[in-house]
Amino acid sequence: MTLYLLRRAALLVVSLFAASVLIFLVLRLLPGDVAQTIGGIKATPAQVAAVREDLGLDRPLVAQYGSWIGGVVTGDFGRSVLDGTSVSGQLAEKFAVTGPLTLGAVVLALAFAVPLGVFAAVRRDSWLGGAVNTLGQFGIALPALWVGLLLVLVFAVQVRWLPAQGFPVDGWAEPGQALRSLVLPWLTLALSEGAVLLRFVRSAVLDVLHQDWLRTARAKGRTRTGALLSHGLRNAAVPVVSVLGLQIAALIAGAVVVEQVFVLPGVGQMLITDVGNRDLDKVQSEILLLTGAVLVIGFLVDLVHRLIDPRLRSAV
Amino acid sequence: MSVPLALRALLRSRNGLVGCVLVGVLVLSALVSLVWTPYDPTLVRPQDGWLLPFSGGHLLGTDRLGRDELSQLLTGARSTLRTALLAAAVAAVVGLALALTAVLLPRWPGAAVVQLTDVLIAFPVLLIAMILTAVHGGSTWTVITAIGVGAGVNLARVARAEAARVLDTDYVLAAHAAGSGTWRTVRKHLLPNIAPTLIVQLSLVLSVAVLAEAALSFLGFGTPAPAVSWGRMLYEQQAYIAARPLLVIWPGIAVAASVLGFNLLGDGLREATDARLRVREVTPV
Repeated sequence: MTLYLLRRAALLVVSLFAASVLIFLVLRLLPGDVAQTIGGIKATPAQVAAVREDLGLDRPLVAQYGSWIGGVVTGDFGRSVLDGTSVSGQLAEKFAVTGPLTLGAVVLALAFAVPLGVFAAVRRDSWLGGAVNTLGQFGIALPALWVGLLLVLVFAVQVRWLPAQGFPVDGWAEPGQALRSLVLPWLTLALSEGAVLLRFVRSAVLDVLHQDWLRTARAKGRTRTGALLSHGLRNAAVPVVSVLGLQIAALIAGAVVVEQVFVLPGVGQMLITDVGNRDLDKVQSEILLLTGAVLVIGFLVDLVHRLIDPRLRSAV
Repeated sequence: MSVPLALRALLRSRNGLVGCVLVGVLVLSALVSLVWTPYDPTLVRPQDGWLLPFSGGHLLGTDRLGRDELSQLLTGARSTLRTALLAAAVAAVVGLALALTAVLLPRWPGAAVVQLTDVLIAFPVLLIAMILTAVHGGSTWTVITAIGVGAGVNLARVARAEAARVLDTDYVLAAHAAGSGTWRTVRKHLLPNIAPTLIVQLSLVLSVAVLAEAALSFLGFGTPAPAVSWGRMLYEQQAYIAARPLLVIWPGIAVAASVLGFNLLGDGLREATDARLRVREVTPV
């Protein structure tokens, strides 16, 4: 296990490095001039050169990359090119929205996808099991942003139970208000991610139901439910955990969309604003942060995968 | 399996049939919009704004600016289909290139390509689109490239596994022994044998592309106005959802039906090209 851990951690570091180089190079080498954008269309070549020197864009690429990544490693994600505010300072505030949003959505998605997926597999021949499966199929096809708009239509416009958009200005200082504004975003994100999970849980459990060892457990006198609970779910969890890891990227992208639909001041909305402003230094750090999150969570999921898979564990 | 036989097997499965119908409606709408729409979809007539369905000669009504909803939906089908098809083409090229270099290159360079693919998978389509938009501004090409590359790296993973399986078979070994060169083997044996898997995957790429196109134009990374797209329609109507909920419902249904169509088509194709089903199909013993 230690050897595996070391190798996997080394791979993570290499991947993070490769991702940072990719982001840096793509933003630098694609045509388009930041200095020109900041200077404006009417800027003289001398003014553009001054802006370029001010931003350090005239230095060699390696030096630019070095000072950026050196900052990132020590927790300094750079400054806004436009107004000079520090990215690190804003991140904590934005993450206080995006963190609870994504985490809550994952918990909620699991809470309905796992029981429904198991049900759809065990009762696959009944009409109810088929109906759950069909619902999952529909759920995957629904665009998250549209689900969000429909939820607003029902719960904010028709019955007026919950706010349609926004987040309290004081943030979590008003926990009740903050929670109320997150309910619809949670539901939106959980429904679109949960539908995908449901399909995978169903097929994982279907797979387990046909295994010889489950028949053996039943031959030894366990009931179908008992055998499934004590042996089946543990084994079905293995592929579901790896799918969960692959879904993280989709979840983060979903959070960006959901924050935009519900006007939540999170990391996603900050990123969209910065992309609109062409604030490249900020965009570069924020994208590295989100990609880094995907890679790190993928690493953790791989470890969990290793721990819960009885076959892999005994192989170590 | 011959193409007509595959088509028959596809239409025989319920998934395949429903998928074909939904995709057919999308394609038909796109084709119709090429030659005819009830009104010019970008024609602004504020005096005709907020018309209800079945009034003033507008079947589905008009939006705030008096643009005909049905005309916008039909034109949106065309831009959705065009973006999805071009993105799938980019994905196929990116996916095949990464998969083939991974399996054909010697051990270390091949492993490097595999690692590169794994790092690229960590970039969601949305983030790729944001990087491109930050430099270039939003456009149809930003969307197509982002979806194509994002879906392409995922396709590469599936194609690589399938290509490695085919390269390991006895018939490839036999071809090699008979003096077949690398490119000949790829053309004659590898590509035809991974084609069924690729076609199923490309159908799923199309469904991902439709969803992503809607999300990206909703966020404003797509073609700037006045170009029509379903995602932009949703964005423009969001503020008026309480007043005219139907104008938000229609584009959403259009996106969902298209995504469902491509998903079911993919499922149907998988069932139709499955070797076990094929045997039952060909030998009426």
